[in-house]
Amino acid sequence: MNPAARKLLALPLFWPCATLALLVVLNAIVNPGFLALEWRDGHLYGNLIDILNRAAPLALVAAGMTLVIAARGLDISAGAVVAITAATGALCVSATGSLALAIAAALAAALACGLWNGLLVVAVGMQPIIATLILMVAGRGIAQLITGGQIITIYFPPYDYLGNGFLLGLPFAAVLALAVIVALHALLTATPLGLFIRAIGINPLAARIAGVRARPITLALYTFCGLTAGLAGLIISSNVKSADANNAGTLLELDAILAVTLGGTALTGGRFSLAGTAIGALIIQTLTSTIYSLGVPPEVNLVFKAALIFVVMLLQSAEFRASIRKLAVRPPEAA
Amino acid sequence: MLQATGIVHAYAGKPALDGVDFSLRAGEIHALMGQNGAGKSTLIKVLTGAEVLQRGSIVLDGQRIRPATNREAQRLGISTVYQEVNLCGNLSVAENIFAGRQPQRRLTRGGGIDWRTLNQRARTLLAGLDIDIDVKRELSSFSVALQQMVAIARAIDISARVLILDEPTSSLDSDEVEKLFTAMRRLRESGMAIVFVTHFLDQVYAVSDRITVLRNGRLVGEYPAAELDHAALVAAMVGRNVAPQGASGSATADRKSAASTRETPEPPVLRTQDLARRGSVSSVNLEIRPGEILGLAGLLGSGRTEVARLLFGLDRADAGEIRMSGRPVSLDNPAQAIAHTIAFCPEERKTEGIVEDLSIRDNIVLTLQARMGLWRKLPDSERTELTNSLAQLLDIRAGNLDAPIGELSGGNQQKCLIARALATKPRLLILDEPTRGIDVAGKQEIMNQLARLAAQGMALLFISAEVDELLRVSTRIVVMRDRRQVGTLPGGCSEDQVYALIAAPAEGLSA
Repeated sequence: MNPAARKLLALPLFWPCATLALLVVLNAIVNPGFLALEWRDGHLYGNLIDILNRAAPLALVAAGMTLVIAARGLDISAGAVVAITAATGALCVSATGSLALAIAAALAAALACGLWNGLLVVAVGMQPIIATLILMVAGRGIAQLITGGQIITIYFPPYDYLGNGFLLGLPFAAVLALAVIVALHALLTATPLGLFIRAIGINPLAARIAGVRARPITLALYTFCGLTAGLAGLIISSNVKSADANNAGTLLELDAILAVTLGGTALTGGRFSLAGTAIGALIIQTLTSTIYSLGVPPEVNLVFKAALIFVVMLLQSAEFRASIRKLAVRPPEAA
Repeated sequence: MLQATGIVHAYAGKPALDGVDFSLRAGEIHALMGQNGAGKSTLIKVLTGAEVLQRGSIVLDGQRIRPATNREAQRLGISTVYQEVNLCGNLSVAENIFAGRQPQRRLTRGGGIDWRTLNQRARTLLAGLDIDIDVKRELSSFSVALQQMVAIARAIDISARVLILDEPTSSLDSDEVEKLFTAMRRLRESGMAIVFVTHFLDQVYAVSDRITVLRNGRLVGEYPAAELDHAALVAAMVGRNVAPQGASGSATADRKSAASTRETPEPPVLRTQDLARRGSVSSVNLEIRPGEILGLAGLLGSGRTEVARLLFGLDRADAGEIRMSGRPVSLDNPAQAIAHTIAFCPEERKTEGIVEDLSIRDNIVLTLQARMGLWRKLPDSERTELTNSLAQLLDIRAGNLDAPIGELSGGNQQKCLIARALATKPRLLILDEPTRGIDVAGKQEIMNQLARLAAQGMALLFISAEVDELLRVSTRIVVMRDRRQVGTLPGGCSEDQVYALIAAPAEGLSA
């Protein structure tokens, strides 16, 4: 193998990008119109744009999740937070007719949720998975309380913009997700926060002795993760023009963890990649589109998705690739 | 009763025991002493079957034995209680004592565990140790001391002939130690042979009948406790003569140093008054002036590291006061200590020091960056310049400072940690065993560096187990023993004086 190719293969984002490209090619073969883009009604239109739009909430949640995981945490309450913020936003916009007020209320609720998770982990000292499990279970109940057990339908056109609007010809949600990720990246490189998060994730004890204040940082990360789930909740409720306490954002947290993993962030903490997470979210959304375009019957939809994810994960595993290579390339003396 | 002769044991070709003899009589408490690496643990492992005997013989009651497992040793009558309590906190006291050996109910009466007999027997057994507790309660609800007693009760019940206690007192306070000793004396009267391993010299004299000393895997000798005084014991352990100087030595030394400090005009960077933490150290009074290297000497477990942890806010003191430049400060966490310009190089380099996957540069700037807060980032050019100059100053040998620190040798990692401390320009630098696990040349370099830093006006607290190292650089040496500060010696004193203080008998605990 020539050195340039070797260097390319060693790039941390090579395999996530290759996987995404493979999925796009697969879709293009099955559905020749997949790659087509048109300009219609003042914005871009096509399958790829659709994927961008639908991947946005997932990418947002996964971005928050990336930092929590990098600092040795976990947040499995994101789906429930989506339900709470969707309900809050929907209720508020129906009651007041003010978009700004609805967004503010929804994000305040999300912030409170994240703060609650962070306090349980930092101040109470609970295991992250258990601490966030509480809100994961209770959150749906809270959302039910807010909606009064009904699915609230939103009849307020400006609200639709969040999930269905376009900015500069691109879906607003996708632009928002991209902006959040870029801003986050800028924050992590312009301040020592990224260094601290990695230090906490790799060796929390050494980080503490080195004077890194792990507790306020961890609290901030959980709070931020709640906030990203809140943004996702707004987009999702706007997209379907309703708030459903039971079904909004179900299992979104698990998809987010998957996206984080696909992007090359270590679940054991320390190493993380925001760009990788964004690509991971795109992989998952493309996968979902693939299933539709292949015409897989709805009954076996999830089984098919599981099988595809399994293959994707194997492709991403350096150990698996090494063992395949060993099988494929016999040692010369044996030949 | 038990006679081990000519025990030779090697790990991967490196001898840990070389022809050691050890004899144990029924009805005695026999202290097994030695410094780190003397071979105590290996000898215990061989006796208890944790390591299979390689050469030599063990005779128990006239029978040659060669236990291959812990279980086999237990069956023969040899039980061990380890330093860390090896029990299940979530089971009851009685369950812990009889785990794996629960009395069964007869099948005609329904079978299963006979709880009444089990609890009754546990109560009787503990009563024999003078303990009256609810045996049905969860073990973890009791203090470590009681858990230790339960472990002993279990060991006695399994096989009541030879009991090995491996540092049983290291996490007990003095009342609890006294309780344990009462139990040990009672067991001795019942004819049991007890092997007692400890780092606390005073405790040895409080209960032991005979003392066996090992050094570097060899037997130094076996002595009746009454005939081996403190100085002779330490001399035997460290392998050099110690002047037979008692507690009076420390008093004169203290006076001397007090006189010499009065001459120095500068106020102390740090001063502690009766600093103490329960179960850790009692009454520490230190004074460190700019340009001074204060050495902290003592055997393992004497409280050296504990002092450093208190001064750096890793543990919270529950009594006493810390003043920096005359003003009282509270040091509740490392970040606060760093804000007060204290820097610390921890003893456990790998687990407490380096952040392995981060680059050398990131590791060096970590503390400085943490002190600068969340919003101010060290500019890249300054970061490069700072790390380059520190790497050059400390002679950190690394091909690429952007490589992960885990790739460096131990000595270079240690230098990086010192660089991390220096990057914050501390007024007080605390170094806990900075030369451990480093080759001779590396040690010398680090010592030279410490002397240079002191010459520039920094105050240093240098903790080391190696007295010759302390003497080489320290302006004064504070000696710790049994978690107490026992005296201060001026710089330039002899090793013998230090060892005499380490070995001096204390006024409190005695036989």
